[in-house]
Amino acid sequence: MTALKLEQVGKSYGSIRVIERLSLEVDTGEFIVFLGPSGCGKTSLLRMVAGLEEVSEGRVLIAGQDVTQWAPGRRNLAMVFQHYALYPHMTVRANLAFGLKNIGTSDAEIARRIDEAARMLELGKLLDRKPEQLSGGQRQRVAIGRAVVKEPAIFLFDEPLSNLDAALRGRTRIELARLHQRLGATMIFVTHDQLEAMTLATRIVVMNGGAIEQVGTPAEVYRRPATRFVAGFIGTPAMNFIQATRQADAGERVALALPGGGALVTRVPAQGPARGANLVLGVRPENLRLCDAEGAVLAGTVDLVEFLGERTLAHVRLADDTTVGATVTGAAPQVGERVGLSVDTAEAHLFDDGAVAHHAEAAPAAVVPLRRATS
Amino acid sequence: MSAPASTLAALGPVARRPPRAQAAGVRRSRLSNALFVLPFVLLYAVLVLVPLAQGFWISFHEHDLLSDEHTWIGLENYANLLDDEIFLQVLWNTLRFVLISVPVFVVLSLALALALNRPGRLSAWLRGMFFSASVLSVTIVTLVWRLALMPDRGLVAQLLSHVGLGDVSFLTSETLALPTVAMITVWWIIGLPMMLFLSALQQIPGDVYEAAALDNATRWRTLLSVTLPALKRTVMLVAIIEIIRECQVFPQILLLTAGGPNNSSRSIVQFIYEQAFVQLSLGYATAASQVLFAFLLVGVSFQLWLQRDKRGAAR
Repeated sequence: MTALKLEQVGKSYGSIRVIERLSLEVDTGEFIVFLGPSGCGKTSLLRMVAGLEEVSEGRVLIAGQDVTQWAPGRRNLAMVFQHYALYPHMTVRANLAFGLKNIGTSDAEIARRIDEAARMLELGKLLDRKPEQLSGGQRQRVAIGRAVVKEPAIFLFDEPLSNLDAALRGRTRIELARLHQRLGATMIFVTHDQLEAMTLATRIVVMNGGAIEQVGTPAEVYRRPATRFVAGFIGTPAMNFIQATRQADAGERVALALPGGGALVTRVPAQGPARGANLVLGVRPENLRLCDAEGAVLAGTVDLVEFLGERTLAHVRLADDTTVGATVTGAAPQVGERVGLSVDTAEAHLFDDGAVAHHAEAAPAAVVPLRRATS
Repeated sequence: MSAPASTLAALGPVARRPPRAQAAGVRRSRLSNALFVLPFVLLYAVLVLVPLAQGFWISFHEHDLLSDEHTWIGLENYANLLDDEIFLQVLWNTLRFVLISVPVFVVLSLALALALNRPGRLSAWLRGMFFSASVLSVTIVTLVWRLALMPDRGLVAQLLSHVGLGDVSFLTSETLALPTVAMITVWWIIGLPMMLFLSALQQIPGDVYEAAALDNATRWRTLLSVTLPALKRTVMLVAIIEIIRECQVFPQILLLTAGGPNNSSRSIVQFIYEQAFVQLSLGYATAASQVLFAFLLVGVSFQLWLQRDKRGAAR
């Protein structure tokens, strides 16, 4: 069942358009993450769902009902704010009860829900304290508790972890994932942190410049990014982009000439990118491996070697002076050493002039033999 | 020599200093701390503490301002004050003035601040308007109001006759004179408390209101449960400022009613002024000043006690 539907929703401030007309459907029980850089419109979109921001065009439907003009309180939503937004002069218990009292919930029911939420979020000992007597993490739990007791149709989270330190952020992230499993509720979560998005989401909505770039599962946006923006935004270290020139197709597939003269036959179908387009080859560092310089499709000199714990990353300067990150297998190279790079074509993407991605055909992963260009 | 070693060497003499020398160092640093507050303490002592003590001392004397002759009479001035019907009347008048004006100050300035706490030119213009009266001198304010309250021809009299009410003599009626001065005072200096409330309102984070909106709170409930609790300290501040200010009410009374009719609007500061500079009996005037001081001290302490929080600290 559809919990939330956005139909051609847009937002403008005067003549400045901050959100293009966008449409999205969220099913009941999904954990949707709006992910994007600062200023991409993700928080505005969330606030339009909440009714805190006016919708300039389009419709917002919750559980099939058009709520575009409804006051926030009528929409059966609960929101966890970035700065918690607890009522400072009320105890934790009063904070949790406030919303329920306003809709005339009976005292017995309020007590039951608060007890349940307190047990779930370990708030028991804090119930009679005021927000100023709580730590940041405790305040965050109270803010989540305030949402939980309302038993809303949709939970909204506006960058709720951004004010917590790294360790606490990790813990709260896991608690949120558990909470979602236990409640089975629909949740919409805004963040600019891709780690949060990847670990929490059932689907990620990647946004940029007020528009949706891609909607997909974490694996989809990582392995088959729809655009060059998504490819560059998701993944740390970032995907490498290498300028390439299209050559005569090799059978059904696109063939490329790479900086330094190497030739690469990709697994991208030849009918994918438009002919004559300037292409960019996108390869993640884990799919670009160091090999012998002799006979390699790409070669360059090592600029820097980074030891990242579970793997070692080499920054290699190519013939066209761009630097790419590649995974080191075997002994770490010396800085200044000339090395070759092999490309895992099953995980190599092509981006055309419009920054649209073309992916390798799904096939059993195998490294295509590389040959040194003769031209 | 490596850097850490040289740092240690530099620290050596300090670290090895005998305990007595260390204690001397602490004393010296405390002394230098005191130097920073000394200018304020000196000014405060010269301008506040010394006159306060002097006033207290003079109040035990019969002191003629003109000849500067004084004789010790102990508590006689205070005893005389208790018997002085006019003094008791001015004490009551001042208390009445505070009781009338302070609640109006608090409620009206809060209402104005709530109404004008929004963006837009009209609100900004109105905020400026309400504040602008505060910068007028008391002479101008009283002149304007004397004209407005003039019998027959004054603005107020004309308005009243327009709605079919007869002439009301605001400044010459024993019952109306003091409340009228109180209302003029409110009109004159409502700007400051309004600004204090406005700044307090703007300190309340917007997301708390958004949380309340999502929690189905009506506007009234939001005012009672979110806004007013956040303004508690400012209500307190405004009340204390206004109690202190209105206890010392004087120039507008002198210029509007001169304390009349029949002492019904005479205030304690006017009484002190008249005793000191018209009757020239400085001892009696300073004794009345000490009573006002005690009056303020008790009033403000009571207010702080009322507003104390559960941990016992006044806020």
